[in-house]
Amino acid sequence: MPRLSADARHRVAFVLNGRAVEGQAEPRMLLTDFLRHVLGMTGTHVGCEHGVCGACTVEIDGVPARACLMLAVQADGAILRTVEGLAPEPGRLSLLQQAFRRHHALQCGFCTPGILMSLDNYLRDNPDPREDDVRIFLTGHLCRCTGYVPIVAAALDAAARLREMKETQT
Amino acid sequence: MAAASGWLGRSIERVEDAALLTGRGRYIDDLGVLPGTLHAAILRSSHAHANIRAIETKAAAAAPGVAAVITGAEVSALSSPLVPVLRAPLEGWPIAVGRVRYVGEPIAVVVAADRYLAEDALDLIDVDYDPLPALVDPLAALEPGAPTLHDKLGSNVASDRSFRYGDPEAAFAAAPHRIAVDIRYPRNSCTPIETFGLVADYDAGEDAYDILANFMGPFSLHAVMARALKIPGNRLRLRTPPDAGGSFGVKQGLVPTMVLMAIAARVAGRPVKWIEDRLEHLVGSVSATNRVTRLAAAVDDDGRVRALDWDQVEDVGAHLRAPEPATLYRMHGNLTGAYDIRNVTVRNRVVLTNKTPSGLNRGFGGPQVYYALERLMQRIAGELRLDPLDVIRRNLIPADAFPYRTASGGLLDSGDYGRAIEKAIDEGGLAQLLAWRESARAEGRVCGVGLTAVVEPSVSNMGYIATVLTPEERRRAGPKNGAQATATIALDPGGAVTVHIASAPQGQGHRTVVAQIVADALGLTPADIRVIGELDTARDAWSIASGNYSSRFAPAVAGTVHLAALRLRARLAHSAAGKLNVPAEEIEFVGGKVRARGNPDNAMPFARLAASDHWSPGEASDGDHVLRETVFWTPPQLAAPNDADEINAQLCHAFIFDFCGVEIDRDTGAVRIDKYVTMHDCGRVLHPGMVAGQITGGLAHAIGAALYEEYAYAPDGAFLAGTFADYLLPTATEVPAPLILHTESPSPFTPLGAKGVGEGNCMSTPVCIANAVADALGAATLDLPLTPTKICTLISSREGAAP
Amino acid sequence: MKPARFDYVRAESLAEAHDVLAAEGGEVSVLAGGQSLLPLLSTRLARPRVVLDIMRIRGLDVISHESQAIRIGATVRQAKLAAWPDLAGGQPLLAAALPFIGHAQTRTRGTVCGSIAHADPSAEIPLVMLALEGAILLSSARGQRRVCAAEFFTGLMSTAREEDELIEAAIVPRRQPGHGYAFREFARRHGDFAIVACAAIADERGARLAIGGVADRPVAFDGLPLDEAALDEALDRIAGALDARDDLHASADYRRHLVRRLGRATIAEARQCRA
Repeated sequence: MPRLSADARHRVAFVLNGRAVEGQAEPRMLLTDFLRHVLGMTGTHVGCEHGVCGACTVEIDGVPARACLMLAVQADGAILRTVEGLAPEPGRLSLLQQAFRRHHALQCGFCTPGILMSLDNYLRDNPDPREDDVRIFLTGHLCRCTGYVPIVAAALDAAARLREMKETQT
Repeated sequence: MAAASGWLGRSIERVEDAALLTGRGRYIDDLGVLPGTLHAAILRSSHAHANIRAIETKAAAAAPGVAAVITGAEVSALSSPLVPVLRAPLEGWPIAVGRVRYVGEPIAVVVAADRYLAEDALDLIDVDYDPLPALVDPLAALEPGAPTLHDKLGSNVASDRSFRYGDPEAAFAAAPHRIAVDIRYPRNSCTPIETFGLVADYDAGEDAYDILANFMGPFSLHAVMARALKIPGNRLRLRTPPDAGGSFGVKQGLVPTMVLMAIAARVAGRPVKWIEDRLEHLVGSVSATNRVTRLAAAVDDDGRVRALDWDQVEDVGAHLRAPEPATLYRMHGNLTGAYDIRNVTVRNRVVLTNKTPSGLNRGFGGPQVYYALERLMQRIAGELRLDPLDVIRRNLIPADAFPYRTASGGLLDSGDYGRAIEKAIDEGGLAQLLAWRESARAEGRVCGVGLTAVVEPSVSNMGYIATVLTPEERRRAGPKNGAQATATIALDPGGAVTVHIASAPQGQGHRTVVAQIVADALGLTPADIRVIGELDTARDAWSIASGNYSSRFAPAVAGTVHLAALRLRARLAHSAAGKLNVPAEEIEFVGGKVRARGNPDNAMPFARLAASDHWSPGEASDGDHVLRETVFWTPPQLAAPNDADEINAQLCHAFIFDFCGVEIDRDTGAVRIDKYVTMHDCGRVLHPGMVAGQITGGLAHAIGAALYEEYAYAPDGAFLAGTFADYLLPTATEVPAPLILHTESPSPFTPLGAKGVGEGNCMSTPVCIANAVADALGAATLDLPLTPTKICTLISSREGAAP
Repeated sequence: MKPARFDYVRAESLAEAHDVLAAEGGEVSVLAGGQSLLPLLSTRLARPRVVLDIMRIRGLDVISHESQAIRIGATVRQAKLAAWPDLAGGQPLLAAALPFIGHAQTRTRGTVCGSIAHADPSAEIPLVMLALEGAILLSSARGQRRVCAAEFFTGLMSTAREEDELIEAAIVPRRQPGHGYAFREFARRHGDFAIVACAAIADERGARLAIGGVADRPVAFDGLPLDEAALDEALDRIAGALDARDDLHASADYRRHLVRRLGRATIAEARQCRA
């Protein structure tokens, strides 16, 4: 049974955006701080550190979750995705990201990475959502700039284009 | 050819977005710092009002990783208090010096190797408090014998001024009706999702400070900070990061902490970084003011308002921090809203209470004023049994009266309010909404319709705050006026174009619009233009008016960019004239080329022309080296207040007419917004997508203010809204999609005809919703936020049942 | 907002977890999904010496059928339970309550038993446990015991769990034929903790109503009449007797008012579901 002592730093290793990464963390270090300040992955943002605002949402073992509500040491061995892993390649955006840009679904962009990670996951499981369901799903995120209207529009547009793409592929 | 049709006015995709969507934004906490940079944490007061007998910091100073512990003793030794706008015996330190005056006030700063260690050390500091009685009610603070916050002031009233315009006494005497409303407007804040952050450094060799912060201005506060740090302005370098996570005015509130951390860096001898956490932000950063207003109107039988009598008690919290009491005076030229009312009296009192000091916040004085004024208009209709729409129409400033000088000195630039209202009624379906209300009521449902007309001011006059001073005090202080905006366009040796702006963008997309403007002027595409949004006071062109506030980007900054681009184009045309052998007037800039009008073959690439004075300045015509153009622009309409206390506080005045329908759940008291229509005349629209974003975003803030958000305090001054589970921001299920409508009356006072649009719905929407709720419940008096508890109490008092 | 220092122990078996709790019980915070514990750690409201992570204990993330009951293991996440195909048929009240817990992004990590252990007076799962007269299976180095929900929740965020004990599973009675179930909740915003939440179970004779969000713990009332006038009278009595909280989000009077309105509506829905 591993016991990690409070005063020492310990090796934490996981798969991040398809690549093995590792770093050192005290047991108390939050996953947000580990991602941002140990690994340098600053795309994941910190807005409240008590699990309400959703800016720090990342994908952990296939589901969206708050990185601020997790210790770095808990993530040891997990598979993580962050906003840096969304685009198919540098200089190209995913369909969801493109929809956000087209609909002006971001202004300051601070809440955006969390919302993108949530929606990317959601649209995989819910390819044809109703607007009300998208809105309820988005209640897990706070945005202070947009009033949510363009975010909802972008999500629905992205869903439609993802469906279209799937149809042409099959 | 895109340039021929013009980039401006189109909703092009933003240049900012590719980075922000891929996690490559560069916000304050994403930037690298110098090796050895320390991290700060702040011990904050748990008491609303107390003398500090002693602070024991020895254990904290000896804790692992701690470099320094700073208290009021160090800060008062190394700096001066932040100077207030008023000459009053108020000591505005950025940290408690001997006394705490609000819950959340800094008491000590620990700087340590990391934030975790700094917080560990905070736990080791002991503060010996001697509690004093706390004041949270601004009216109680006025009472004789009330405990005082600042003993040298002798009371809690920092300012008490009365104003008189026209002949209000005669108007009230003559009018058949005097109708009044009593309002308590609550405290709230726009709480950007990115909190405050800064990195401060001190160079002992040059006695100079360098502060990188997600501060947004106004840069008039640079002078306040330099003075507090006891250095000339050229030894205070302020820089902003490339991206910022929203502000809505709030990040003006960084000022005291910038000074505090500058001192901490000096004491520690190392750079200090501080990233505010959310609990700090809520309890102790900054807040909009709460205000108690009694507003009375002299009214004719037909609802025509002949005079207004304002009595405003503004609660700025525990310290009067510059630019306050600006919230109270921002609207001073505009106290009659969209209406032609020639007689006004005003009494403005500024009081101190044991709450977080106030500062900029989206809407900035507008929500407080329009809540009173537009509730009053509805009450007039109610008391005189008139249609609320008729009362609004009857009082509007007529279309042929623009530019219209208000009773208190505001100069409303342009508009056709009546036409905007008729268009909104028609296209927004007011008749259908009223029919819905009637049929719903017939079914026993609780429904209401609210209306409001609002004039949205933008581009602050640097002189308006001086209205709080008497004419005599103003003469002694020297004139303050204008609103300098600035833009710089530079050409590099490859002929590429870079624009520098001092508007400290916080997410609004300034860089995109600037690229559109310059592309249009120079016959290029926005992709050809690089726009730099970060500001460095040591290198960039800036003025005290620089920054991101009073919705000044579209009217002032974008306009100044346009002027700079035209001036640069004229100089380039002059240069091209020699090279193409045609008169400068015949040079045109199209599709990346510079050519002779009428002879497109006589042309050269823009880049070649733009680069030429780098490579061959010896051939520059008239010795004008066309490398860079900087324009400072200020509108002449922004004069200082005159001896009659008339002030044109803002340059532009957009018009908004809103209406909405709400339904109230009789069981729970929950308010549902069924329909929201918002008509805007913000002059020329530069980017429709961004304008829509400002409107829906402002609407969301306003729905929060109307229904959910309050910086609430217990009677003993304890802060009750300390987490995001207590301070409730609207989410996607609380904000409906509004119907947005436009008319366009370009401003004659701005280079592009644009007016500000960012704050209007924060002014119009809270009262529009309140008017609808009042209509639904038949309530005369109601204060925000309209919580279910309040609504149910109103329902039960109406229906005569116990709640 | 950074946690104070603690040792982190990752138990790989129940026995290991029991050992840690036996040795250091009062100093240990049990970490499951972390959705309630992490904010307490980050605000330093909780300062355990040891954080005991139980999420990698094998065999605890299982939902299974017991006789007349559903057994939900200690590490079963709320989202997993919500997606369990037998849920709506097995216990409709639980299925109705789950979507009200926090947000989709927290239910992916939050556990059912963690919510029970946290015992927030406004939380949905403790309310449902009480309404259904479920049981909490506690285990320690000393052995196992079952505590019924009515005895488990002892006050504001306090429970009958001893310091050396771990919640091993929640035992939720299956739906009974002839019973109707309903759950209703009012919160300021979607996903907020309830101001008032009601869970009702009705049969042909009467109803059981459990109420959350009002007092310091969920409370339940049996034998409510189905006759409307008599029910209103009973709800008036219940509302008047409740020791209702008064806070920023709602006054005590308002909470009592909601108990009457929401209670009546929930019982009516439960009756309808039965039919």
